[in-house]
Amino acid sequence: MDPSVALLTIFVLAVFVGFEVISKVTTVLHTPLMSGANAIHGIILVGAILVVGHSDSLVAVVLGVAAIVLATVNMVGGFVVTDRMLEMFKPKRKPQSSSDPGSAPAGPRGADK
Amino acid sequence: MTPVWSQLVNLAVAVAFIMALKGLSGPKTARNGNLLGAGGAALATVVVFFANPGMKNLPLIIGAIVVGTLIAFPVARKVKMTAMPQMVALFNGAGGAAAALVSVIEFLSSGHEESKVTLAATVFTVVVGSVSCTGSLVTFLKLQELMTTRPVILPGAKLFTPLVAVAIVVAAVALVVSPATWVLVALLLLSLVMGVLLVMPVGGADVPIVISLLNAFTGLSVAASGYVLDNVLLVVGGTLVGAAGTILTREMAKAMGRPLTNTLFGAFTATAGGGAAGPDDRPVRSSSPDDVAVMLAYARKVIVVPGYGLAVAQAQHTIRELADLLTARGIPVVYAIHPVAGRMPGHMNVLLAEANVPYEQLKEMDEVNPEFPSTDVVLVVGANDVVNPAARTDPAAPIYGMPILDVDAAEQVVFLKRSMRPGFAGIQNELLFDPKTTLLFGDAKDSLTKVVTALKAL
Repeated sequence: MDPSVALLTIFVLAVFVGFEVISKVTTVLHTPLMSGANAIHGIILVGAILVVGHSDSLVAVVLGVAAIVLATVNMVGGFVVTDRMLEMFKPKRKPQSSSDPGSAPAGPRGADK
Repeated sequence: MTPVWSQLVNLAVAVAFIMALKGLSGPKTARNGNLLGAGGAALATVVVFFANPGMKNLPLIIGAIVVGTLIAFPVARKVKMTAMPQMVALFNGAGGAAAALVSVIEFLSSGHEESKVTLAATVFTVVVGSVSCTGSLVTFLKLQELMTTRPVILPGAKLFTPLVAVAIVVAAVALVVSPATWVLVALLLLSLVMGVLLVMPVGGADVPIVISLLNAFTGLSVAASGYVLDNVLLVVGGTLVGAAGTILTREMAKAMGRPLTNTLFGAFTATAGGGAAGPDDRPVRSSSPDDVAVMLAYARKVIVVPGYGLAVAQAQHTIRELADLLTARGIPVVYAIHPVAGRMPGHMNVLLAEANVPYEQLKEMDEVNPEFPSTDVVLVVGANDVVNPAARTDPAAPIYGMPILDVDAAEQVVFLKRSMRPGFAGIQNELLFDPKTTLLFGDAKDSLTKVVTALKAL
């Protein structure tokens, strides 16, 4: 198969997988899902590493280093933020046994301080 | 050509991404899904070094990764839950910029001999990545309220925007036909301007949908850069996000009850000043915390409508305390969660979960709307647009058509507000002037604390 047709085939199939895989999502998960998907396109980091690794010109290296920093921010930040959001959805320790609301716990790990 | 073993690893990473998205769409599997995605991405990043021995600039590359991590990790750990949406927007802008840069560099090193198909992919990456970058920055500024949240139509934008669009198309075609660096630079700059022009006219309440759309854009841009670099993993990862992001954007727009084109270009067609908020001198009924406490204490049924104002005031814990007190008095309390309460779909659920509000008290819009007519008191805490009847009655309002919580059907409504300032969409809420409405001005947390104290004394 012609290499560029092979890539096109992969592209088209991936479009359908992308459509199918999240066809039904509750609104509750819209924000974390968007954030998680956002982190996944941080995979551009791999591309940025490759272009810098094969560049000699100063301009290319400077731009490429910027691209690596940005891509890393996208990937690392994206996954960490998503995890923090989803942390909030973990099962509760004890449902409504505290009759004294004054002792309400200050939230998991005081994450939102 | 990369070795076969690394291609196989990339296949595994691609599968991990698919499973990650699948996991993220279910509440029980979401967290593991995200971790799987992170693991896949980390694996792919490590493998690229071993699969391409003899890469140049290694110290620079590793240094840049370390710098990026040092920037992103602490920020992502510390950012407030209320500021999550704009954080995601910033990360997305970074990704778009990175994708555009990667294609620019590839063009600089070998663009002049590239095939037409590769050049077309380069053009696509640069245009879409740049639009996503500056567009995301504008959404960040809007959500962070560093600029107005109302739709902004720059002078001459009606003429200028199509002009820039045409210029982009011309530059794109020119670049594919006869590749030249200056054309690429022009294309890059035009696209950066386009991103700003596209997002400026979007009203505050619609910004989350645009972030989701730009997220899909970045995905497609990454996919196209994979085409340029002949890298399967970039094609798969980018395309997955592009496709899933498109579906998600459509779902979000549906939750807001607005077609996507309306979100993007609504400001241009809306009648000038329609539903606009000016200073309004009509009388409102304001009240004291003690009165509100009495009202609540003798209600038979109470519904709380939490909004972004609650989150900003960090009043999640106080509202829970109030709800617990009422429940102890035998008054049923539920929280009515509008799909876009907070800044984004699902945002409010995250915030309340953080305050340990029991799940069974959270009710979604369709479930809770029939209950309003039989409710004595609705406590609206820092919400505005999601209970604004203008969404049903005023075709000129920017939020017209958005499904809202039918708070006006309840017997009495109490608004906790800081001021008469209109909501995020920038329009006035008629309900504030309704005779059945009582206002309690002040910081949501202060007001609630006072109500709680008064309630305890009763």
